[in-house]
This record gives sequence, C-alpha cells and structure tokens, in this order.
Amino acid sequence: MRSKAALILLSVTVLCAQSAPAAAQRLIASISNHRVMVTSSFTGADLVLFGAIETNTPRRGGYDIVATITGPRQNAITFRKDRRLGIWLNVDSREFENVPSYLAVLANRELDEIASADTRRRLQLGLENIPLTQRAAVTIADAAADDPFRQAFLRINMQRGLYREAMNGVTFMAPLLFRADIPLPAGVSVGNYEVDVRLFADGAMIARAPSAFEVYKAGFEQFVTTTSRTHGFLFGLVTAVMTLATGWIGSVVFRRD
Amino acid sequence: MQIYLPIAELPVNIFFILAIGLAVGFISGMFGVGGGFLTTPLLIFIGIPPAVAAATVTCHIAGTTFSAAFAYWRRRALDPALAALLICGGLIGAACGVLMFNRLRAIGQLDIAIATSYVILLSVVGTLMIVESTRAINRARSGRPTELRRPGSHAWFHGLPLKFRFKHSKIYGSVIPVLVIGFVVEFVSTFIGIGGGFLVVPALIYIMRAPTSVVIGTSLILTLVTMAVAIVLHAATNHQVDAVLALILIIGGVLGAQFGARTGQRTRGEHLRLLLGLLVVAVGIRFAFNLFLEPDDLYAVRALDTR
Repeated sequence: MRSKAALILLSVTVLCAQSAPAAAQRLIASISNHRVMVTSSFTGADLVLFGAIETNTPRRGGYDIVATITGPRQNAITFRKDRRLGIWLNVDSREFENVPSYLAVLANRELDEIASADTRRRLQLGLENIPLTQRAAVTIADAAADDPFRQAFLRINMQRGLYREAMNGVTFMAPLLFRADIPLPAGVSVGNYEVDVRLFADGAMIARAPSAFEVYKAGFEQFVTTTSRTHGFLFGLVTAVMTLATGWIGSVVFRRD
Repeated sequence: MQIYLPIAELPVNIFFILAIGLAVGFISGMFGVGGGFLTTPLLIFIGIPPAVAAATVTCHIAGTTFSAAFAYWRRRALDPALAALLICGGLIGAACGVLMFNRLRAIGQLDIAIATSYVILLSVVGTLMIVESTRAINRARSGRPTELRRPGSHAWFHGLPLKFRFKHSKIYGSVIPVLVIGFVVEFVSTFIGIGGGFLVVPALIYIMRAPTSVVIGTSLILTLVTMAVAIVLHAATNHQVDAVLALILIIGGVLGAQFGARTGQRTRGEHLRLLLGLLVVAVGIRFAFNLFLEPDDLYAVRALDTR
C-alpha cells in the first residue's frame, strides 16, 4: 500500500519536473531573527534578510529581488485640516481599513527597471501598487494612486519610518546570493510580519519565497499590556494604589513638621 | 536612558519624563494646583498619544496632590462638608467626563476637542486670574485695605433651596451651586486630562465666597479623590493608562512638589496668582497657535483600535 503511494508520488513529481521550464530557479530566504522581543529597553531593531537563488543554469543577465515586508494589519484614519472661521480643524477624513502597520519594499534597483508598470500593478509591487482600502461614505475600495489622502497616508508613515521603499535595499553579495536590511523603528506594532521575497528575471516573476517573523512583547511589558486589557478595573485599582503610595512615601520622606 | 512604554507603545527618555514630572511638580507645589494643564500638553508634545497622555496624567495629578492634601488635612486647613459635597458632584462629573472622552475618541475628534477646550478654558481662566491679581497687587501698593467679604453681596444662586451652613468656611448657602461646581469642574478635568485645581480654587473664592484659607485644602481633596476614581474609570473603560509612564511622572512630581511648596510659601498670594495666571494664559496661547496657524502638514494619520 505504502509502496504504491510512493510510486504515485514519484510519478507526479517526475511529471511536474518535466512540465517546469528548463532552467528552474528556486529561491531560498531566511531572516536573522524570527522573534523580535520588545522589552523595556526596546528602541527598534534591525533584521537581516538572507537569500540565495538555486539554479543549475545561472542566467547571464542576472536576477532582481524585491522583498515586501508587511506588518500586522490595522485600521487607521487620515485627517485633513482646513481653515474654518480662522481655525484649523479636521474637516475631512478617510478611514483606511486593514492596512499594514509596517510596510517595507526593498529591491536591488529601481522597480521600473525590474518589471513593467503592468506587471508591477498585477503583482502589487511597490508602495504605489499596494492596495490600501479606504472606506468612503458608502463603498469600500482601493483609492487611486493619486488620491491625496492615500498620498498623505504614505508620506506620513514614511516620515515615521513605518513605511519605506528602498531601491538599494537589497544587495547582491555574489551573483546568486543577496541580503537586505529590515530596519524596524521603535514604534512598530506587535504581531506577525510577513516577508515576501520575489525573484525577477527579464521583467517577469519566476520564483517567490515567503517567510515571516514576529514582534512580541515580553516580560514586564507583556504583563502590563495584557493586564490593562483583560483586567482593566483591577489594573486601574493597582495603578491608583501605586500612585497614592508614591505620593504618601514622598510626604513621609519630606515631612518637616 | 530609553525606556519602552507598554501602553503608549513607544520608547521615551526616562530622564526627560522625570524632568517633566519634576518641573510640573514644582509648579503644582508652588501654586497648589495639580499641574495637569501642563503635563498633558507636554506629553502630547513629545509624541505620547493624546488619549494615553490625558488618561495617564490623572495618575500624576493624584500622586502629586496626595502629599499636599495630606499636609492640609493634618492642619485641618480644609472644609470637610464642602469637600464632601464637591466630591459628590465631582464623581458624577468625572464619570460623565470619561464617557465623553471615550465617545469623542470613537468618532476621532478627541484631539481637536482637547485642544479647543484648552484654548477657551486656559485663556479665559488665565485672563481672569491676571486681572484679579493685578488689581489685588495695585490695591496693596496704594495702601488700601484688601477687599473684605461683604455680607449681603449674595448672588441669586446662593438663595437656592437646600441651604447648608459650612461651619469651617463660615458660609451659609445652598448646596446646589457646590454640587454644580464639583460636577462641571470634574467633567471638564477628566475629559481633557487636568486636575481642575485651577478651576475649583477661583470658583470657590469668587462664586462661593469661601475663605482662601480653606479653599486650597478643599480643592486638593476634591482633586485627589476624583483623580483616583478617574484612574480606575479610564483604566477600566479605555485601557489607556500607562502605569510605567505614570510611575516615572509621579516620582518626579512628588520630588518637585516639595521644592515648589517651599518656594510658594515664601511668595505673596497675589503675586503667585499673577504668575499662575500668566502661565495658564501662555499654555492657552500655545494651543491657540496650533489652532490658528497653518499646520506644517495638513494631514494627520492615527491608528485606530483594532481590538
């Protein structure tokens, strides 16, 4: 029974291998650290993505790599201020639904040299092609790339270091070996981060390697955050007691009468 | 030295926060106010989310007020009956303030509401304080005796029903304005993250005509109790109280308050009020600039709670 299954598996594998293109490429990618710990001294982290292209017949023209790192998704709101009666108020806003809290697009050269505009759009390559769903009054749709709210959203997140697009972010150390630095600023959200490494040749994607890492709070930070969420009332009581105790200690230490 | 704040989710310089606590503690000890109207904007300015700042500042106020309130309590320089009534009104006000806070936060207008409230409140109260204290200083200079409380200068609200004799303050009047003062002050305070001391003190002096000797102690007790309750309310409903941030602020605050109190005792009352008035107006103007000047970036992005 087992030998029969193995035989079927073997024949399927052989069939697949035959239908694949002659020069098959395999992409291998790994991250220096799969679990990033947020402790009381956390000021950001730098991860390194390593990767290799496995092939029997290396291409003469070389390869291109585009790595997209997507942080945990969240809802965000973008406000636009305008002058009303002399006061600058938030007059308009767009809610972005399920957008990445962190987004990095790293490549070894300009994206328009790697793939055509059409391919980039289809593969959601680069910040301008990543869908950012916006909730307008009634409909939920991805905004046009030139939408001012979308532009502002990208710009502000880039200023905060949460979104980045680095066309020199991937470096080839050898023709088939590359690395990329993933800087995580201190303000990153905790959660799962997806890393999608894609291999391009002649403007077409020929292989991809998914990977992931996790940013998590540990120790005291974890304890405080969890408690404040799950036992809010108790957390408040303890904080209040701590507050008053500190005040009391102060008044005892500095007592002068 | 950087320390990561678990609720605010960002690292801050521990000494910087300590310095803010110290500076504000000094001012609060000197003037007998909670100092929240300074701490909240300072925290927002260094990048703490406004919601976390306003919720956490309640801890700072409670902590720094405690030692001062304790001192006044020992000297019996407060009116227990007046304080109890203010607290009754204040607790209801604080609960409504937290509700309003959560509501505005949900519809995304909390920041603007906080900024606008600051401008209106601080500029009005600050201007009143400056005008009043300048008059007092001029009176003292020209050698005329300070204005005594005129019996019979009662406003209409003193004649409301439910009259009560506040023995300690030597005032006789309706309890309704006291409850209203407590409610309004604490509603505003919890909502925008201030202690409310700088609102209660003038309200008691000018509206209730309570003697200055009991006013500060009474307002401290009110601030202390309502802020302690507000900590629990904020923590239980919006989970925005950052205990780590609070602890650093309080330690700085308690230290600063001691030195502030010593300086305050050596300065004359009307001069203190003038200084405090100027300070309050300055903060108000700072907020007004934000409202009236064209911002560098017309757009702002804020993450919403997904949980």
